[in-house]
Amino acid sequence: MHEHIDSIKTYAVVFVALLFLTWTTTFVATIDLGPFNVVVALAIAVVKMMLVVLFFMHLRHSTILMKVVIGGGLMWLGILLLFSLADFGTRGWLPVPGK
Amino acid sequence: MLASHTETLALREQFETPAQQKEASSLGMWIFLVTEVMFFSGMFLAYTVYRAAFSQVFSVASNTLNVVIGAVNTSVLICSSFTMVLAVHAAQIGSRKLLILFLILTMLLGGVFLGVKAYEWNQKFEEHHVPGPTFHLDGTTQQGQAQLFFSLYFAMTGVHALHMVVGVGILLTLLIQAFAGRYTAEYNTPIDIAGLYWHFVDIVWIFLFPLLYLIGRHHH
Repeated sequence: MHEHIDSIKTYAVVFVALLFLTWTTTFVATIDLGPFNVVVALAIAVVKMMLVVLFFMHLRHSTILMKVVIGGGLMWLGILLLFSLADFGTRGWLPVPGK
Repeated sequence: MLASHTETLALREQFETPAQQKEASSLGMWIFLVTEVMFFSGMFLAYTVYRAAFSQVFSVASNTLNVVIGAVNTSVLICSSFTMVLAVHAAQIGSRKLLILFLILTMLLGGVFLGVKAYEWNQKFEEHHVPGPTFHLDGTTQQGQAQLFFSLYFAMTGVHALHMVVGVGILLTLLIQAFAGRYTAEYNTPIDIAGLYWHFVDIVWIFLFPLLYLIGRHHH
């Protein structure tokens, strides 16, 4: 059994990075970036998620099978979001009778 | 083929190696977490659609949330993820004392998060920001749209908090088992798996915090 054990230092660096990003997203939210406020907020959230998933949840040491399963899950998530938003986003485009 | 190896916690009869057994457990947990992602995403989707439709009122409603409390609570949850990963690390190196210590710390931090959440919800009741007949939000004439924001707020933070309560229950079970000396450097899969769940709940909050607390700050 070759279990990979990360060092506590690695975890500590990730932990500090997560706290820093929390502070950053809170601060950036007070600056008016127009439509990009939400883009920046979500980008920071995605970076934080990746840090947690790769380091705290050990995905970077996981097998290909595990990565494929998670990738598959994200693909279904993409279908859910893409198709639903395509529906709601385009409802006003055509004068469909009885709408 | 029969009785090819002595059964232990780390190596049950049906597995070839301990690594294979652990892999099977992790895979099962990840598949469960994928279903959880889909479950929460339904609410995130509803939030996105309504926020796109009523962005102005959602900004006004979002600005009534206390961003300092939100940011502090986010940090508390990140601390709890850190202590959780240290608990997993302690289990891997076979330190029962450290495992017990970090499980207790993680539970305490989870409890602090829930306590702060309860305080925030109580504020909402006092400010009449709970959807219902007495609902009122200053700064907008669109009370219906404002109620939609707070309905989503309570649904999302409520289900998230429920996951936290379940998480604390799981940690309590692990703590009792750790006291009894069940977990060793050779066998600590349940600690690892519970860690995956705890971190997932943290990730949900990592998205909830900016979407609920921060979307309207630049209009202040």
